[in-house]
Amino acid sequence: MRPTFSIIFFTVASGAGYGLWILAGWLILLAPRLAEDRNAWAANDLVCAALCAGFLLVSAGLVSSLAHLGQPQRAWRALSQWRSSWLSREGVAALLCYLPAGTMLLACILGSWTSADAIHANSTNWLLRMAGSRGAGAVLALMAIITLFCTANIYACLKPIRAWHNRFVVPGYLLLGTYSGALWAWLLSGVTQASLAPPSLLIGICSAAVAGGLLKLAYWQFLDKPAPQAPDATGLGALGNVRSVEQPHTEENYLTHEMGFRIARKHARKLRALVLACGFSLPALLAALALVLPSASAWASWFAVLIGMGGIFVERWLFFAEAKHAVMLFYGARSA
Amino acid sequence: MTSLPAPSTRKLGLVIDLDICVGCHACAVACKEWNDGGAFGPLPDADPYGAEPHGVWFNRVHTYEISGIGNRESGIEKAGAARKSPCASSIPHSPLPIPAATQSVHFPRSCLHCETPACVTVCPTGASYKRAEDGIVLVDEDKCIGCQLCAWACPYGAREFSAKRGVMQKCTLCVDRIYNETLEPHDRQPACVKACPTRARHFGDLGDENSDVSKLVAERGGYALMPELGYQPVNRYLPPRPRRDASQLKPTIHPEPSDETPMPPLLRWIDRVLSR
Ligand code: SF4
Ligand code: SF4
Repeated sequence: MRPTFSIIFFTVASGAGYGLWILAGWLILLAPRLAEDRNAWAANDLVCAALCAGFLLVSAGLVSSLAHLGQPQRAWRALSQWRSSWLSREGVAALLCYLPAGTMLLACILGSWTSADAIHANSTNWLLRMAGSRGAGAVLALMAIITLFCTANIYACLKPIRAWHNRFVVPGYLLLGTYSGALWAWLLSGVTQASLAPPSLLIGICSAAVAGGLLKLAYWQFLDKPAPQAPDATGLGALGNVRSVEQPHTEENYLTHEMGFRIARKHARKLRALVLACGFSLPALLAALALVLPSASAWASWFAVLIGMGGIFVERWLFFAEAKHAVMLFYGARSA
Repeated sequence: MTSLPAPSTRKLGLVIDLDICVGCHACAVACKEWNDGGAFGPLPDADPYGAEPHGVWFNRVHTYEISGIGNRESGIEKAGAARKSPCASSIPHSPLPIPAATQSVHFPRSCLHCETPACVTVCPTGASYKRAEDGIVLVDEDKCIGCQLCAWACPYGAREFSAKRGVMQKCTLCVDRIYNETLEPHDRQPACVKACPTRARHFGDLGDENSDVSKLVAERGGYALMPELGYQPVNRYLPPRPRRDASQLKPTIHPEPSDETPMPPLLRWIDRVLSR
C-alpha cells in the first residue's frame, strides 16, 4: 500500500495526542485535589501542558487527515455511518473526545490565569470542580482510548490486506499512541519545571518501549511467515500454473499505483532496524539515564521525543509500505 | 445507510465465459464510452493522449497463461471431462520437455456486486450502498468524500478513485440502461454485455435459479472469485473448457506416395525429369 504523508502524519501525531490525553486523564484521576482546590490547577502545570499539547497534536493530525480526502468540504458526512464504519466511528469518537478535553483545557486556563484572590464567579468554581473530578479524568482517558481503538480498527477490519487484518494492529496502535504520549509528557514535565519527571513516568516509558519493540518484532515475524495459502484470485489455479502475461493497460493505473506499492526487502530490513533503534531502544535508554541522573532529564527528554517520534514515523511508513493488497494477485503478485 | 440491506431475492449480476473471451477489450471500451456520458459519468482521464494516460475504467481485461494443465488435479477433470494425457510430453528433436498443455485465458474483471461487500460497510458517509431491490452496489457521488477506504476494502479491484473528480467510481451494472424505458427492450442490458462480439458476457438474475444465467452457471460449473474472503460475489465465471490434447492426436499429414511403379511410362518420365 502506498504510504501517504497526510495519513501517516495523522496517525502518528494524533496517536501521540491521544496518548497525552490518556496520561492527563490518568493524572487527574490520581490527583483528586484538583476538584477541591482551584489553586491546584495552577500548581499542576504538567496536567495543563499535557492537555494543551494533546490538543495541538490531535488537531494537527485531524486537519492533516482531511488533506487525504478528495472532497474535504464534505468531511462532516463521515460522522453519519457509525453503525457500520470504523472510519465514521473514529470521526465521532474524535469529536466527542474534544468535550472532556475542552472542558479541562478551559479549567486549566481559568485555574492558572485567574489569581487566587479574584475568586468571585461561582460558575467558574463549579466548572473547575467538575473538570478536576476523578470522573472527568476517567472519561477523558477512556474516550482517548476509544478513539485510538477506532483508528486501529479502520485498518484491522480490511480483509484484503493481510498485514493489517491481524491481531497485532489494534494493540500496536494503542501501545504506540500511549508510549509516544508518554515521551511528550516527559518533555513537558521538564519544560513546565513543575517537578522533575516522576520516576514512575520514566519507568513507564522504559517498559512501554520494551513492549512496543517486542510487539513490532512479533508483527514482523508474522509478516515474513508466508500466508498459509495465498488466495487463488482468478480461480484458474485448479487448472495449472497461472501466470499474468498481459496487463489490462499500458500505464500504471489507480490500483497498481495505490495498492501495488512495494518496498525492496533490503530497505525494509534496514528501516525495521531503524524503528527498533530510534523508536524504542534509544528513548528507553535515555529514560533510564534520566532515572539514574535526574539532572540530565530535561535535555534527554528532548532527544527522546525527537528520535522516538522519528522512529514511530518510520514505523507507520513501513506499516503501509510493507502491506500487500489482495488485488495485486490479479496483476501477478505471488502472495497477498 | 452503509449497513447492508436484508438479502434480496433478486441478485442482478454478470456471468463471464472464460472459455470464449478473446480479450478484445470491447467490453471495457463500451463501458467507458457509455459511462462517460451516463448518469454516473463522466469518467475523466488525465493526459488521455499523452505519454502517460491515466483514468478510471470500470472494466479491465487481464490475460493469463495457464501452463502444466493436467499436471495437477484439475477442476475440469472433476467436472467429468476426463483427460488422460501424460504429465509432460516432449516435441521430437527438442531437448526441452513441454507441459502437457498450455493455454491463454482472457479474464475481464469488474465489480462482482457482492452480497456482503465490505466496500459498503466501511464507507463512513453512506455514499456507498447496496440496493435492496436488486443488489446492485453503487456510489452516490454527491456524498462521497473521496477517502478511498472502500477501494482498500475491495479485494477485486473494482473501485477506482477519480483524481479529477475527487470521488470514488465503480461499475453500476449499467443501472441507467437496464431499467431505461427510452431504450428498446433488447438494449436494456449492460453496455459490456451488448458490446461483446463473442457473447462471452451474460447478464441476468442470479437469485432466480430458473433464469438463463443461473442455468448456464449450473451447466458449466460457474464459480465465484475468492469465496474464502466471505464477500459472497454475485457474478460468476465459467471455466475454460478442456482443450483437445495435441499429444494424443493422430497425425493428419500423410507422407506423399513415393512409389512410382503404378504410373504410366509418360508420367513416370515427367516425374523423373521434374524430380531432378
Ligand atoms: S466487487 Fe468490490 S466493489 Fe464490487 S461489491 Fe464486491 S467488494 Fe464491493
Ligand atoms: S471513497 Fe467515497 S464511497 Fe468510498 S468509502 Fe470513502 S466516502 Fe465512501
